Amino acid sequence: MSTTTTEGKVYDVAGQDWDELVETVTESAEERLVINMGPQHPSTHGVLRLVLTLDGETVTEARTVIGYLHTGIEKNMEFRTWTQGVTFVTRMDYLAPIFNETAYCLGVEKLLGIADRVPERAQAIRVMMMELNRISSHLVALATFGMELGATTPMIYGFREREMVLDIFEYVTGLRMNMAYVRPGGVSVDLPAGAVDKIGEFLKVMPERIKDIRKLLDENPVYTRRTKDVAYLDLTGCMALGITGPMLRAAGLPWDLRKSQPYCGYETYEFDVPTEKTCDVYGRYLVRMAEMEESLKIVEQALDRLTGPLKGGPVMIDDKKIGWPSQLALGPDGLGNSPDHIAHIMGSSMEALIHHFKLVTEGFRVPAGQVYSAVESPRGELGAHVVSDGGTRPYRVHFRDPSFTNLQAVPATCEGGMIADVISAVASIDPVMGGVDR
Amino acid sequence: MSSENLPGVPQGEAPDQTPEPVVRRGMFGAGDTGDTSGYGRLVVRRPARLASARPYGSYFDDVADALEPVAGDAIERVVVDRDEVTFHIARERLVDVMRHLRDDPALRFELSLGVSGVHYPDETGGELRAIYHLCSITHNRRIRVEVACPDSDRHIPSTVSVYPTHDWHERETYDFFGIVFDGHPALTRIEMPDDWEGHPQRKDYPLGGIPVEYRGAETPAPDQRRSYA
Repeated sequence: MSTTTTEGKVYDVAGQDWDELVETVTESAEERLVINMGPQHPSTHGVLRLVLTLDGETVTEARTVIGYLHTGIEKNMEFRTWTQGVTFVTRMDYLAPIFNETAYCLGVEKLLGIADRVPERAQAIRVMMMELNRISSHLVALATFGMELGATTPMIYGFREREMVLDIFEYVTGLRMNMAYVRPGGVSVDLPAGAVDKIGEFLKVMPERIKDIRKLLDENPVYTRRTKDVAYLDLTGCMALGITGPMLRAAGLPWDLRKSQPYCGYETYEFDVPTEKTCDVYGRYLVRMAEMEESLKIVEQALDRLTGPLKGGPVMIDDKKIGWPSQLALGPDGLGNSPDHIAHIMGSSMEALIHHFKLVTEGFRVPAGQVYSAVESPRGELGAHVVSDGGTRPYRVHFRDPSFTNLQAVPATCEGGMIADVISAVASIDPVMGGVDR
Repeated sequence: MSSENLPGVPQGEAPDQTPEPVVRRGMFGAGDTGDTSGYGRLVVRRPARLASARPYGSYFDDVADALEPVAGDAIERVVVDRDEVTFHIARERLVDVMRHLRDDPALRFELSLGVSGVHYPDETGGELRAIYHLCSITHNRRIRVEVACPDSDRHIPSTVSVYPTHDWHERETYDFFGIVFDGHPALTRIEMPDDWEGHPQRKDYPLGGIPVEYRGAETPAPDQRRSYA
């Protein structure tokens, strides 16, 4: 099919008419080809659309179109209580839900002025869950990346290992994704019995598994040729485009908020910030692998604290006006209401019932003001700009999602390269469209 | 009737600032007869407009010292709140100030974390805000720059020339709030469809939503539910 427009001749391809297309294209003398990649494309990590202008196999122009997964989370939050907001933000970057929740909760806590009063055990659990989440997120980045370059083994390995992390999440929070686990003032529920053993087992298995993936890819000639010197973006480019996370660290700058502006007590953990100087896709891969190894170290330290000095401590702030009135309890059908708490409010204390009702339906008030809280998510700086007008609902919450900003690097990394390298370039950015579009 | 059995009014320092405008009286939209809600005499005022005086504390004074010689007249007010500093900048001078913040060795805010918008319908003359979060990797500092524009003249100069990362962020803020960033290379919608009408994050834009019915009972749409603010 071809139609003539003011721009020139346009060929539409539906996939069934290749012969006809080849015939008409060979007749034309024009070399320029505009290809629409996405929004439904297996190599675009979700509903990302790339409009590529090609000269032969070389990309001369790359334009990114987003917005296909916009769900209006930020608007919706303005009509829910501060605590309910957690359930919304966890769905933004769905591969890193704990980071979204933590960034938001740190912001709310800062607005409330209770940042110092969040129990240490809750902070240690947050750190542990975040690092587990970082591992699972990097594993998906790696798995999808392998698949997009035609290597299915890393894909199977990555998703298999990620399953172990998701099992831990399910065991601890009741949900594999979108857990709404971190709440303003602490976390929703303490680690259940047996969680420590489960995580300990994971820590034993995982280093070997990471080595297996490294053995498959680190020196693999097919892999290195598809990744080395591809999608080059140096430090100047990263700074101008606001790129953070593994992309920035692969350009040689050891900028990691966990080190430079610590939160949740990261300054008390021992870990390194891996960097590479290659500025290419391979460097970003190496950074992600090394970060997983560092994350394991942090999880181990956090687990030691949770079983040692912080054992049995509270996981929610000791302020009855903010902390959720009850914790969940593990029943035969999973996590649910605590029968003890229900017996207490329904059977023995009218005041407790009123308190429960007020806090759950009305929520707590947050003094007016605005804060910006940032955490180092697997993809870079995840910032939450939280504004309150003094009410029980957020006045405005804006998430500075690293995927959104990093995706602006597509033209800079793809233009002038081969079309096959576009896949590597986009995969090395590791965008999650849920976070990009929110 | 004596006032003996009424609750006491707190003594002490009298509020010296003029009270902020009233945003709302009562609760739940009830305003006809009687005080059956118990909230009838509630008066909700707009939060006070903060302005901090020197010394600001922390590194904020250093930043202000380096900024004032160049942009002293552009700084409308400085707010230090919850260990964060906000410089309110006149919109005409925004690009200059941003460039100075980026290039001055004493400031060096080389990383921008983008633009966020906020809509304050009650702040006459400055309803729409563009808020920039800047980070200095050299000095390990953060500041916030806030720029206001009236709803009747929604224009703010674009800062893409200073921070190229603002390209998409300004498009997003335009999309959601309708702020036109003059000088942006291609200011189009980014999240909403191109032919969308209205700017969804503005406070006068309804959430929409439909009531939820479950087992015969109906729960109103989220924006129609009772609010306790």
